[in-house]
Amino acid sequence: MWFDRLLQGVIDTFLMVGVSSLIALLAGIPLAVILVTSGKGGIYEAPRLNSVLGAFVNLFRSIPFLILMVALIPFTRLIVGTTYGVWAAVVPLTIAATPFFARIAEVSLREVDHGLIEAAQAMGCRRWHIVWHVLLPEALPGIVGGFTITLVTMINSSAMAGAIGAGGLGDIAYRYGYQRFDSQIMLTVIVLLVILVAAIQLGGDRLARVLNKR
Amino acid sequence: MSVAYLPHKTATQPPEQPHNAQQAELHPELNHAHVRFIGVTKTYQGQQGPVQALHGIDLAIQRGEVFGIIGRSGAGKSSLIRTINRLEQPSGGRVLIDQVDIGDFDEDRLVELRRRIGMIFQHFNLMSAKTVWQNVELPLKVAGVPKEQRERKVRELLELVGLKDKHKAYPAQLSGGQKQRVGIARALVHDPAILLCDEATSALDPETTQSILGLLKQINQRLGLTIILITHEMAVIRDICDRVVVLEHGHIVEQGPVWEVFGNPQHEVSKTLLAPLQHGLPEELQNRLQSQPKSSDAAVVLRVQFTGRTSDEPDLAALFSTLGGRVRLLHGGVERIQGHALGQLLLAVSGSSLGAEEQRLRAQHFLHKQWTQQVEVLGYVV
Repeated sequence: MWFDRLLQGVIDTFLMVGVSSLIALLAGIPLAVILVTSGKGGIYEAPRLNSVLGAFVNLFRSIPFLILMVALIPFTRLIVGTTYGVWAAVVPLTIAATPFFARIAEVSLREVDHGLIEAAQAMGCRRWHIVWHVLLPEALPGIVGGFTITLVTMINSSAMAGAIGAGGLGDIAYRYGYQRFDSQIMLTVIVLLVILVAAIQLGGDRLARVLNKR
Repeated sequence: MSVAYLPHKTATQPPEQPHNAQQAELHPELNHAHVRFIGVTKTYQGQQGPVQALHGIDLAIQRGEVFGIIGRSGAGKSSLIRTINRLEQPSGGRVLIDQVDIGDFDEDRLVELRRRIGMIFQHFNLMSAKTVWQNVELPLKVAGVPKEQRERKVRELLELVGLKDKHKAYPAQLSGGQKQRVGIARALVHDPAILLCDEATSALDPETTQSILGLLKQINQRLGLTIILITHEMAVIRDICDRVVVLEHGHIVEQGPVWEVFGNPQHEVSKTLLAPLQHGLPEELQNRLQSQPKSSDAAVVLRVQFTGRTSDEPDLAALFSTLGGRVRLLHGGVERIQGHALGQLLLAVSGSSLGAEEQRLRAQHFLHKQWTQQVEVLGYVV
């Protein structure tokens, strides 16, 4: 009985973290590319776009997740039609994860040696060639590392979402561990979370190492 | 029908610069220069106001020559070479390549132009995440060249630079010299007409420098492409360049065939840059050198330099006998550049009945017939 409940919790956590992180990955990389290339001296220099986008990213990054989640309730209802359950949690999780990941990816992209961009220009690359063949491949190990951090952070946030009825491991720990003082379940959830985080970190580090040819 | 209503077309166009027109008339070779700079200036916005990196550079580089640009760091070499493929946009003046002004090229024409101009860099600038093969292939890939053609070309170039067996390696696994060879292969993959070298050997040890310079010379002769290189090392200029300009604070201070600039440098900067290649006085002698003769038996120290066609070096016995007395050779050597011999002798003359100035004039007179020469009295030693 409680095993089924735990299994459901793991699946829900996987769903929330997986879906929101996937969207963050797909939206965050273009966002990071725009942030880097539109900056001063970038290949698509556009100072106004850059500062507007930067301010937007900072805004969402500075709101604590618990508050963001509550503040977004009307928006969440608009998108998924409910404010309860796994899918309702995906909306604020995605909105928190995207700027977070974009900033980390931005740092990796910015670290690509300017000489490489110059060399690409000199060999007759168009600007999108530079993004596709130079910036992204060169920053890939860093981006993988950044995505690992994002995943771990999202597991953390998803547990918080559990507290307002999103389901997942956080929900189980809160309801059984905190409200019913069932320390056995609490302990089991903690062990599961530790294993999950450790597995993600290990896998991410290994992948980043394989990709890094420097 | 009245023509008077038509707008006067020529009035809106910039007036033809008489200076340049005149120059072209006087120097017909300018009309088929491969790369030509006309009054090129470059100003940067520095932290303490604008900084002018180039002041009105006028220069013509001929097809197929190895052209060197030398200067100390901050002289503007880097800015100048980058105006050729528009990595740097000049603030004023024009850059012509094959008589075409590249100043107003849009991205399409610029990309097309850059495929005709290869470039190699001091720090190689290879993509770390790509193998040697992928690095060399990249310029072809972005140009949309079909796969079989790419393979053929990459193989051919890796063979040319001697890295056939390294095609699977990543740049981090290569030595500096090998990295630069990959850089050269990548730069040549589009069969460019011009190769730009930005301090291409400055990060390499002397031996590797020699092998890279040898490769560049070979490419220049085999493929007939124009090589334009910047460096702060005179040895690089000596080893492969045909002509050289010396740049200082954004001005050209000296230019000419390499043997001429080496044999008889005029400007202070050229002399400074040449200093490491010249033989100085042995230290022990330098310490004993006096500006005035302290005793009558002090020897006169002379520096004799001469430049001229090879195979007709001066008769030293005859030279020495004109000086009178006992002549000792302190240091000496002859370098050959482009069919010219550049000689330098350090002599100590003792027991001569002639004064130092008289000796200097005699040596000059002796060499004067066939050689560009320079003789100076360095001082006296006991």
